Amino acid sequence: MSGSFSRRDFIKAATALIGGVIGVALGVPAIGYLVDPALRASAKEGWVPILKLEDVPVGKLIPFSFTRVQVNGWERTSTTFGGYVLRKSEDPKDMLILNSRCTHLGCTVNWKEDAQAFICPCHDAKFSKEGAVLDGPPPRPLDRFEEFRVNEAGVIELFFKAG
Amino acid sequence: MWKKVYDWIEERLGLKALYDNLLDRPEPKGNWWNTLGSASLFLFVIQGLTGIFLTVYYTPSPDHAYDSIQYIMNGVAFGWLIRGIHHWGASLMIIIVFVHMLRVFVTASFKYPRELTWLIGIGLLLLTLGMGFTGYLLPWHQMAYWATTVGTQIAGSVPFLGDFILKALRGGPDLSALTLQRFFAAHIWLLPAALAGLIGVHLYLIIKHGESHYPSRDE
Ligand code: HEM
Ligand code: FES
Repeated sequence: MSGSFSRRDFIKAATALIGGVIGVALGVPAIGYLVDPALRASAKEGWVPILKLEDVPVGKLIPFSFTRVQVNGWERTSTTFGGYVLRKSEDPKDMLILNSRCTHLGCTVNWKEDAQAFICPCHDAKFSKEGAVLDGPPPRPLDRFEEFRVNEAGVIELFFKAG
Repeated sequence: MWKKVYDWIEERLGLKALYDNLLDRPEPKGNWWNTLGSASLFLFVIQGLTGIFLTVYYTPSPDHAYDSIQYIMNGVAFGWLIRGIHHWGASLMIIIVFVHMLRVFVTASFKYPRELTWLIGIGLLLLTLGMGFTGYLLPWHQMAYWATTVGTQIAGSVPFLGDFILKALRGGPDLSALTLQRFFAAHIWLLPAALAGLIGVHLYLIIKHGESHYPSRDE
């Protein structure tokens, strides 16, 4: 071959080209592989039945709990969630559904009849019947399940979102 | 502009001397058989990279090892590709390393002054086989389990020391969680580190002595 493009140059260019092709052909899948879990939809949202409306008298706190199973790769974790339903009047829409997970660091609060408050066993937080902070370190009132409905069978269902 | 940047960096790093001596060094006339060492090196690097990626999802516990591999194959984007390369690359690497050794033997390149290169090469072959042996157990399926049972049993038939070797390999008298964990440690830390070290010396010796050349008829 004449001119300035020598055999050495050819080998160098070919090495760079083939190396680049292999690099891209492996590099792109590798990135997909690494970030894959971030691209997947997380735990399914959905309506969860909790209690029969007729079992919840007006004005009284009634506890409930439900379990969600989440599949994480090769492992399934079931998490139990709990809370209290408080009907404020006969109107089935006039209802408060509190999450019993303490807004401080996540322990489970319990309703204490004698104290007329939710007490957290971890750092002694106190919440009112409607979830307002009465005492202790929590930064905000108890969380509420805002979306709920009563289905045709008279069962209260709440809408569960992940997180 | 680029030339200026290049000159600035080169003046401080001085990599050109390394490049000239390592990659642009003169070679005797050879043929494709002389590329097998580089092919072994390439496979070692590929196995290293895909292996690192596999550890992102693989878990070396008897409860989850198998499931985690199923997950890599069916649940993760391109998991089949990464595992496939590692799986087939393992067999290919053993073959290539072995053929590389055969060519060195056939061309008698193990003679003075390359005896040490050859001896280290034997270490490399054994370590490569060790990688295959330890890696084979990791999926923790029936085939892997029984292959390792048999393999460690054979190692255990050494006179006098056999029982000790068997227990040291298995981390106890039977295959257990300890076996899986120590095979994993060997497969991703101990053996690759030893391989990398020996490959370094191997390559140093090759550059130091240059490649052996095929004798001409008058020699
Ligand atoms: C992980 C495994 C190995 C790697 C990465 C490797 C790498 C290399 C490379 C890049 C070369 C340069 C020349 C060529 O490619 O032919 C070479 C040469 C050589 N290898 Fe290996 N090698 C490995 C295993 C072995 C084994 C198993 C033996 C023999 C027991 C061996 C003995 C030698 C010898 C004696 C030379 C010098 C050949 C000459 O100067 O013509 N190597 N090796
Ligand atoms: S977690 Fe409830 S008070 Fe700290």
